[in-house]
Amino acid sequence: MLLGLVALVGVVVLVVFAFALTNPDIRSHPTTGDEFGQFDAVRLLYLHVPMAILTYVAYALCAVASVGYLLKRTSWWDVAAHALAEVGTVACALVLVTGSIWGRPVWNTWWEWGDVRLMTTLILFLLFLGYLALRRATSDPESAALRGAIVALVAVLDIPLVNRSVEWWENRTLHQKSTLAELKIEDLTLFTLVLGIVVFGLVMSWLLLHRFRVGWLEQAEMNHMVDVAIAERRDAISISDVGAAVSRQGEES
Amino acid sequence: MRELLTDLRLVAAKDLRIELRSRVVANQVAPFAVLVLVLFGVALDADQRTLRSFAPGLFWMAVLFCALLAVQRSAAIEQADEAAVGLSLSGISPAGLFLGKATAVFVQLLALEVLLTGGIVVLYRSSIEDVMLLVLTGLMAGVAVAAAGTLYGAMAAGLGVRETLLPILLLPVLAPVLIGATRAFDDALGAPAVDGWTWLALLAGLAATMTIFGALAHRLLVDD
Repeated sequence: MLLGLVALVGVVVLVVFAFALTNPDIRSHPTTGDEFGQFDAVRLLYLHVPMAILTYVAYALCAVASVGYLLKRTSWWDVAAHALAEVGTVACALVLVTGSIWGRPVWNTWWEWGDVRLMTTLILFLLFLGYLALRRATSDPESAALRGAIVALVAVLDIPLVNRSVEWWENRTLHQKSTLAELKIEDLTLFTLVLGIVVFGLVMSWLLLHRFRVGWLEQAEMNHMVDVAIAERRDAISISDVGAAVSRQGEES
Repeated sequence: MRELLTDLRLVAAKDLRIELRSRVVANQVAPFAVLVLVLFGVALDADQRTLRSFAPGLFWMAVLFCALLAVQRSAAIEQADEAAVGLSLSGISPAGLFLGKATAVFVQLLALEVLLTGGIVVLYRSSIEDVMLLVLTGLMAGVAVAAAGTLYGAMAAGLGVRETLLPILLLPVLAPVLIGATRAFDDALGAPAVDGWTWLALLAGLAATMTIFGALAHRLLVDD
């Protein structure tokens, strides 16, 4: 509850910074004086980049939780991995959507097939859609957990490709190299970007906590139902045994 | 190591013997492969120049579609009559089982690749400029597809929705193989400005990674 309130206040503050306090990207040509730049589209920076970073974090933690499950074989790790994959997939979908919206005014295209980062991000998204589909394909929680852990470990191998693609395939991407690491952006923009990462980090943490709670309750409910079914079966057997014993005694007497 | 190779040979021979007797790949998958090539031609309006330039991509798309069928067939063999239980009780190591099944799928894929190569030469009028690159690409991509396919086939096996689940799981994993193999084939079939050997190196890396990871992960699935 508290985390949710803090995240909500953070979103409000971020909106103020992103839309009121920071400037649009408008530059003037040194000779002609014509205006150029990304204009208001640059404000997508405060949503797109934090979501991309949070996607990496969520999927990387999902892989860690999957390794944890394979080592410990406990529900906690499995529920955590599942929750992280779901939250990460929401973030990854937002990265693709906001990137496409951003690309239209800046690159004059919704989608560029030749861009390696776009392709690797889409593949990452599809890999985790497969993970989520696999989780729902079986009602056996242990089977889903084991298979999910293996799929997550394969899928997460794509993250270094996504992240380093702008360096490794420099001539096959419209994306620029990291300006955040080299601090090539002005102070207020940088501050708002970092604020965006923190705020969306809080939002994702809040979502993650609730998703984990729901997953944990689902497991508890399933275990409870199994216990109830076993108890009912035992009762049925013991009642039939008593009935059989009584009828045997009746026959003997 | 010797035991592993013995297990590999036994399992691969078993799967290939079953295929030779049932002829599912020969009678169903191979005609499907040719049909895919024909349908691509029809869909692209029989424009010969377009077909020739797209031939590498269409070739590998057809291979991936056929691989899905071959992998599903390979996994289904072990599901019938609880054969998987018998195999696990037979003392064959999980890694040997994985490598054997992957080898059998690989051999079937190679046969399909030969058929499809003839198909693109005849139907799309592709000309082979670099035979060595073409052959090595077919081998490396075949290993990668067979290894990943066998692992994911085993993963989807036993689940009620495996027919629809397997493509969703497997095709994104094989996307890098599709990209690398298509680029290498571009070079082998004479497309300019593509260094196919670099892409072949990527394919070799993918094949090694998928085989090693598959053998390790398959042990977990068998234990399950």
